Amino acid sequence: MPDIKVTPLGAGQDVGRSCILVSIGGKNIMLDCGMHMGYNDDRRFPDFSYVTQNGRLTEFLDCVIISHFHLDHCGALPYMSEMVGYDGPIYMTHPTKAICPILLEDFRKITVDKKGETNFFTSQMIKDCMKKVVPLNLHQTVQVDEELEIKAYYAGHVLGAAMFQIKVGSESVVYTGDYNMTPDRHLGAAWIDKCRPDILISESTYATTIRDSKRCRERDFLKKVHETVERGGKVLIPVFALGRAQELCILLETFWERMNLKAPIYFSTGLTEKANHYYKLFITWTNQKIRKTFVQRNMFEFKHIKAFDRSYADNPGPMVVFATPGMLHAGQSLQIFKKWAGNEKNMLIMPGYCVQGTVGHKILNGQKKLEMEGRATVITGTLDVKLQVEYMSFSAHADAIGIMQLIRMAEPRNMLLVHGEAKKMEFLKDKIEQEVFVRCISCYMPANGETTTVVTNPSVPVDISLNLLKREMALGGPLPDAKRPRTMHGTLIMKDNSLRLVSPEQALKELGLSEHQLRFTCRVQLHDPHSDTDTLGRIYTHLKSVLKSYSIQHVPDGTVIVESIVIKVTSSAEEPNLKVILLSWSYQDEELGSFLSTLLKKGLPS
Amino acid sequence: MKLYCLSGHPTLPCNVLKFKSTTIMLDCGLDTTAALYFLPLPLVHSPRLSKLPGWVSKDGAVNLEKKELLDLSTIDVILISNYHCMMALPYITEHTGFTGTVYATEPTLQIGRLLMEELVTFMERVPKAQAATCWKNKEIQRLLPGPLKDAVDVWSWRKCYSVQEVNSALSKVQLVGYSQKELFGAVQVTPLSSGYSLGSSNWIIQSHYEKVSYVSGSSLLTTHPQPMEQSSLKNSDVLILTGLTQIPTANPDGMLGEFCSNLAMTIRAGGNVLVPCYSSGVIYDLLECLYQFMDSANLGSTPFYFISPVANSSLEFSQIFAEWLCQNKQSKVYLPEPPFPHAELIQTNKLKHYPSIHGDFSSEFRQPCVVFTGHPSLRFGDVVHFMELWGKSSLNTIIFTEPDFSYLDALAPYQPLAMKCVYCPIDTRLNFHQVSKLLKDIQPLHVVCPEPYTQPPPAQPHRSDLMLELQPPPMAYRRCSVLGLPFRRRYERIHLLPELARSLVPSEIKAGVSVATVSAVLQSKDNKHVLQPVPKPAPVPPSKKRKRVTEEPPEVLNPKPLLSGAVPLEPFLAMLHKNGITEVKVEETADGHILHLQTEDVLIQLEEDATHIICDNNEPLRTALRDLVLRFLQKL
Repeated sequence: MPDIKVTPLGAGQDVGRSCILVSIGGKNIMLDCGMHMGYNDDRRFPDFSYVTQNGRLTEFLDCVIISHFHLDHCGALPYMSEMVGYDGPIYMTHPTKAICPILLEDFRKITVDKKGETNFFTSQMIKDCMKKVVPLNLHQTVQVDEELEIKAYYAGHVLGAAMFQIKVGSESVVYTGDYNMTPDRHLGAAWIDKCRPDILISESTYATTIRDSKRCRERDFLKKVHETVERGGKVLIPVFALGRAQELCILLETFWERMNLKAPIYFSTGLTEKANHYYKLFITWTNQKIRKTFVQRNMFEFKHIKAFDRSYADNPGPMVVFATPGMLHAGQSLQIFKKWAGNEKNMLIMPGYCVQGTVGHKILNGQKKLEMEGRATVITGTLDVKLQVEYMSFSAHADAIGIMQLIRMAEPRNMLLVHGEAKKMEFLKDKIEQEVFVRCISCYMPANGETTTVVTNPSVPVDISLNLLKREMALGGPLPDAKRPRTMHGTLIMKDNSLRLVSPEQALKELGLSEHQLRFTCRVQLHDPHSDTDTLGRIYTHLKSVLKSYSIQHVPDGTVIVESIVIKVTSSAEEPNLKVILLSWSYQDEELGSFLSTLLKKGLPS
Repeated sequence: MKLYCLSGHPTLPCNVLKFKSTTIMLDCGLDTTAALYFLPLPLVHSPRLSKLPGWVSKDGAVNLEKKELLDLSTIDVILISNYHCMMALPYITEHTGFTGTVYATEPTLQIGRLLMEELVTFMERVPKAQAATCWKNKEIQRLLPGPLKDAVDVWSWRKCYSVQEVNSALSKVQLVGYSQKELFGAVQVTPLSSGYSLGSSNWIIQSHYEKVSYVSGSSLLTTHPQPMEQSSLKNSDVLILTGLTQIPTANPDGMLGEFCSNLAMTIRAGGNVLVPCYSSGVIYDLLECLYQFMDSANLGSTPFYFISPVANSSLEFSQIFAEWLCQNKQSKVYLPEPPFPHAELIQTNKLKHYPSIHGDFSSEFRQPCVVFTGHPSLRFGDVVHFMELWGKSSLNTIIFTEPDFSYLDALAPYQPLAMKCVYCPIDTRLNFHQVSKLLKDIQPLHVVCPEPYTQPPPAQPHRSDLMLELQPPPMAYRRCSVLGLPFRRRYERIHLLPELARSLVPSEIKAGVSVATVSAVLQSKDNKHVLQPVPKPAPVPPSKKRKRVTEEPPEVLNPKPLLSGAVPLEPFLAMLHKNGITEVKVEETADGHILHLQTEDVLIQLEEDATHIICDNNEPLRTALRDLVLRFLQKL
């Protein structure tokens, strides 16, 4: 029985280091290749030894697909391709291909240059890895090889994020990556057609959350920022350089303009301007409104938002700073945080999810004292967190309602949850299994290294000869009778991997075979005091009354023909009343012939 | 399968393909050459033009290449190959009862929209007090002077559409990406990159067994668009070929060189250069070429002006379609840098764009300069103004780069003209040499093309290299032709449900060939065919009159399979023996043997292709013998 196997190497009942292996129709695909922000050791990367203990991955994988540029989805890519070894194709969208190497380089710098780690991938490895990338467009059907095809759908979430359909024959899997089902200020909503995959592998970050309206959250955010700035406080918003940052920038930019505010807004690192430039060039990936107006006013050209310099952090007076990275686990955002944490006038707004183990996660959990470590940091020891902390979920993930929406859109047979916390998944799994969908859905949530096997039931495509099909369709009539379906008969010829269904006659001809006639003749003796002709007539009448739905002919030359069965009557001169009825039929009329011989043996009704 | 040819114009095609009960329109180009019959529409009143003898200018009419060969409301799908070939779209979608879908790529849609809006603006900003249509009546037309009298099909000339009609027409467009497989009924349509312009595509129209390729406006030159995808065109049953170069004798690279040198010469002499052009397409390449050329020619300070209602949009849009550009432009976006250098020209103020000559332009413009503006027919748009302004001075030069209009006809109303005229048509579409090489590679079974491609150009009857020579010869069409396409369909795709597939018992007939008999129920829906297992007959309800049941004739059940093979004598005898039939008398006949089973008084005739069992009054024996015989035969 054909089946599809799914094994998460990362993101199984967890958020971080997304990496999911799928085996479908004899093909092996790796979906995402991310790193875990919460770890600094081996657990940072997916455990590729699951695929092979030694040697390269190339021969075990048909392709690698990266859903979007976030490091928890692509952070392990150079490690996988260059250090473990993989030379096959890596598929991602154009924006992902453009932005991913920058974030990787950033990540490498923080890890190697700042934290001083060795045995890490190098800049050259990132470059070599990117050479293996094949960019693709939305909805483009890419033929990885003769059987395996993949297709990308818009996922929202961040610029260039995509969901992927992976298809072999009639079996298919859809992997969502991260997605959101509501359009935001700069991106559109995810969309997929009714592709009815065997498995829908969905993220479930916000499996239990049903977020309030976006407008409220935005108002709330602006109010908090405004209040803090008014009382002279500083606002730190840790973000990732691309994604949420742009949405919040658009929000603050318009707000500043409307309220005529003067407090400076900064965006950390040189990446910003570059990042905004990517948005301008990939404007076709943003939402409809921005796309429509970009000629008149490019939303990514900000007037109020300026580049940040490290020294500004000590400037007096209010300011708003967007700083990377978003989980406060390293880099500039952490440095600024350390400087501002002691003042209760200041505010920290966390607009996105924080992975366990990061400083962001600790603070969000209400920790007021932090143990600081690290070589490059100025302050070591304990840090008192006095500033106000606000968590505002702006990260663009689908919430429970959104996930349900996607299920209705795609109509999968099975659901498989990844990229979420086990408890929340459990909740969503129950909800999905209770909900009434068009198709009955089983839901799986494998842990890392655990394989889920889903049996598929693919139908078998066959070439049918047009003659046979047309004949059948004509015989079936325009309105086939559902109670008495017509049975069609054909011969399936299997030759050189091709399957062709033809009529038996054609099959004989094609295979160069001659037909073998199998006939039966049966003599039935009967007393009937009539002439031969009359007896035959009586037989005809009798059969007519018994066999209602058959064609029966009385041929003048002295035979009765039922379908193709020939019936004759003879008698000898000595015993004119002893009739010998000759029945002759071919194998094709076996049932009827056998029935008639039995019937006639019982005699004719008087 | 039929092809209805609604346009005979080889580069502005409009064909309708009927394929598997789907009606597909391939492009709807708008032939605006009829505009040449009209006087230019000046932006400001021109005493000279209005004093010209002859007829007065009428409504901005355009020639729509269509004819009521078929009911256009039955069209299911319109496939657009590039933005030049969609200019008649509003006429089709808005006035025929069209309810189908239009497929186009995103750049085609966006730039097509710009070109349509531009056309509408050109027409609407010089409103006519009255529109005349009565002259189209044949009786009146006969009395009209000059070439207008001889113009054909004037009844098909239409008034230009409105912005509302453009918006409504374009709202029916569904966007597709290259290599996207889009299912429409039983037909799959796929656009492929054609290399001619931003988002330009060739189309594959196929079912499981038939493949039609529609090649329209393709280019193998490396300009800005993504290169032409060729390999997917292989194995086509029919290839419809349109949109070859209109200037087969001119080499685009050579023309570009000539363009630059003439431009430099004029500027050095203190004159201005006028380039009548479309607002998208070759202009990007011209700007890129000039970007490098001007500095090297020491003319770096010469200003370029691009004047069109859609100039800004066209320049902006060109920068955001990275996915549709050639490799080296695409990789610029990764840096991130704008793919076209005109961004830098604009930044450094070398290139300025204006919506029209009114407003800022008049105060800002410096001479000598280069002006890019439309419309290339010189009949409407801002170009009319520049012709009036610069035509009198022999210092100035007009350089024609667009190949769509005869430059002599275009210039006719402006004569006498002092300015220099240079004709450098740049047409990057396939030439005959390239196309024959392409066809050799992709090997379509049949080629369909417009009639002009099957003979040398009328002006050069000896140039047999400027035509298509193929084996078998291409099927030529002209306007209003209806071609039957040569297809021999033999097979159709059907799906066996897994339960049915599992129940099949294949047997090997010869090495590598197996057969299995299939008895199944056919279900056909939406052109999809599925075979299901025969449902098990409902169990006969326990009947009280059991006796009657045996009297019931057998239902018309599954037909029996055909038999094949032979029953060999010796093994058959051995088989009989094994089954307890020992007394067999074998008699040789001309065709085989007759076996007489003496105890049972049964005759079996064994021949090579036939077996005949003659058995009376012993049904169990007969069926036993039948099964023994069947063991030697193959069932089909």
